Amino acid sequence: MLIALLTDIHSNRQAFEACLAHAHAQHAERFVFLGDYVGYGADPEWVIETVREYVGKGAIAIVGNHDRAVSDPSLSLNHNAQIAIEWTRGRLGAEARAFLDRLPIMVEDGTRLYVHADPAAPARWHYVADSETARHSLEATRAQTAFVGHVHVPALYGVATTGKLTMFQPVPGVAIPLLKQRRWLSVVGSVGQPRDGNPAAAYAILNATTLEITFWRVPYDIETAAARIRAAGLPDALADRLSRGR
Amino acid sequence: MAKPRLQPGTTLDGFLIGGLIYKGGMSRLWRVTRPDIGFPLLMKVPILHEGEDPAAIVGFEMEQMILPRLTGPHVPRFVAAGDFTEQPYIVMEHVGGESLLARLPELPLPSMEVAAIGAKVATALDHLHRQHVIHLDIKPSNILFRATGEAVLIDYGLARHDQLPDLMDEEFRLPYGTAPYMAPEQVLGTRSDPRSDLFALGVLLYFFTTGVRPFGDPQRMSGLKRRIWRDPAPPRQLRPDYPPWLQEIVLRCLEVNPAQRYPTAAQVAFDLQNPEQVRLTERSEKLEQDSYFSALRRRLSGDAGRPRKRAIASHIAGAPIVAVALDLGEETDSIADAMRTTVVRILEATPDARLACLNVLRQNRVTIDRTLDEEGHNKHVNRLVRLKSWADPLRLTEGKVTYHVLEAVEPAAAILEYARANHVDHIVMGARANSTLRKLLGSVSGEVAAQAPCTVTVVRKRGYDAVAT
Repeated sequence: MLIALLTDIHSNRQAFEACLAHAHAQHAERFVFLGDYVGYGADPEWVIETVREYVGKGAIAIVGNHDRAVSDPSLSLNHNAQIAIEWTRGRLGAEARAFLDRLPIMVEDGTRLYVHADPAAPARWHYVADSETARHSLEATRAQTAFVGHVHVPALYGVATTGKLTMFQPVPGVAIPLLKQRRWLSVVGSVGQPRDGNPAAAYAILNATTLEITFWRVPYDIETAAARIRAAGLPDALADRLSRGR
Repeated sequence: MAKPRLQPGTTLDGFLIGGLIYKGGMSRLWRVTRPDIGFPLLMKVPILHEGEDPAAIVGFEMEQMILPRLTGPHVPRFVAAGDFTEQPYIVMEHVGGESLLARLPELPLPSMEVAAIGAKVATALDHLHRQHVIHLDIKPSNILFRATGEAVLIDYGLARHDQLPDLMDEEFRLPYGTAPYMAPEQVLGTRSDPRSDLFALGVLLYFFTTGVRPFGDPQRMSGLKRRIWRDPAPPRQLRPDYPPWLQEIVLRCLEVNPAQRYPTAAQVAFDLQNPEQVRLTERSEKLEQDSYFSALRRRLSGDAGRPRKRAIASHIAGAPIVAVALDLGEETDSIADAMRTTVVRILEATPDARLACLNVLRQNRVTIDRTLDEEGHNKHVNRLVRLKSWADPLRLTEGKVTYHVLEAVEPAAAILEYARANHVDHIVMGARANSTLRKLLGSVSGEVAAQAPCTVTVVRKRGYDAVAT
């Protein structure tokens, strides 16, 4: 069974559409969204509506810090993110906001754990961006494999029974076996705002039968996504960074 | 956790256990069968005890990860794996025959025989490296041969796949490998350089041609590190009749700095298959070890740095073997120039490339023995001279370029055969200028392009007959 894992979509319709099409072409059967549907980009309504449709058909959707910030102004975000979230707030109807409010912060699905940020304390929105944090995160959970977002840079951490930790930067399109005798934490890169220098949208597919994960990069229409950000009057920096993938 | 004891006659996941083939420190090998599989199988089962060296487990995990991803004649075919929660095992094709270990009592072997073995191993390494895997434990016991002649590399417990996590790298401080064969950078903990396998191959070639291991069989770290500063006795010191070309190849494989070795396994295979084309340097002339003083100076200067990490694919892509097939007919001068321009572009982009200049000397279908035919010999030499003259403006250093006159009935078949045998990455050839001739004789370049195992660039002069079909 193939499970598509998508996260940090950030109102980027063009990137989201491209990744969904790619995942369907790979014959993904289930979809898991790891949060941050809104913020930064110019198409929050479309993105939320699409996620809702998938959830209606059985997909799992987790809440991210930007989604939470829509209804919780006390959540601190960086300057541009703050501007974008205030703009988003004005755009969303009651139904979309209620959808975001009801999203769970963490879901356990058998041996798999889905969460937006550090599973050790999901509501504190810590980044899992280094080996030590990854180790701490895995120690705090029972899951064989945890899938997180939030960092916008794909990575794979594995812990052996001896406690040794491996950090790996996945190569796009290459299936990596998640050996059963180890525990794994996958940081799925960002659909809507990649930050590892590669502007292509990032997502991953888990083959739950063979226990292999493939990280994918999908080119999308960056010009249109950036033009829509500018047209919406959002900060130029948010449009510019898309083509640099930073 | 009580595990079922494996013994002959029992079954595991549908595999009927046969005889025990081998019992080592890390694993047991059983002969197994399954009704739906028609080729011989063996099951590798790790020996795992409490307090066991964790390298045994990690090595087994690595092999379980890497072997299923390898294909081709140079690896045993993967069949199945059992995971650690039940009974860990790997079932793979049982490649029959003896490993090179069986040849040890016969050492030293004749040079040409070792060169032929070495070329097969280098070819297998080239295939492995092209699949993103570095073996890191090349030694006689890990090399088998198929009945059809191809070398098969076994045991991927220390191997590295550069697109998968390296469980071994994170796990251990000590370098793992086999002491006599380990490359200096591997001793220092680097597991990402495909040229480490070329060093091990160099050790094997040295050992098999002299009967002596170039760095002995050190048991401690200080002994292992000695190879970083102490050069081995040149083979010619041990065997006065040792061919200089072979010493050149062996010592180049054994260079401490990986950048001084061959850039790719394919290039080692090329030289081992073309002894007369090996460029001889001071390496081939060495008759004794460096003085102890200069070795000591190397030791104190700490010269051997860790090489920079590069993906395996970039090593291979940066050092292609390019073959240019020249017609040398009178009317094709302008094409020859255009081909030179094309080759210059390729060589500029890939500075570690090697260029093989080919010309096909057409034979009639009915030929007499040509070895005694003086006219044939002169023709052959004449073609060589003209190949060299064509390549002269490229100003390539010796060793970067070789010249070959192929005698054949079918030029396309000869070029294709050459490309396959010599691991050519890129063929450059000219299109027949005269389209009437092309219609009449068929297009050699078209046939090569259609069937080549690699990239083919067909150079055509743009001009007056470009509209002709």
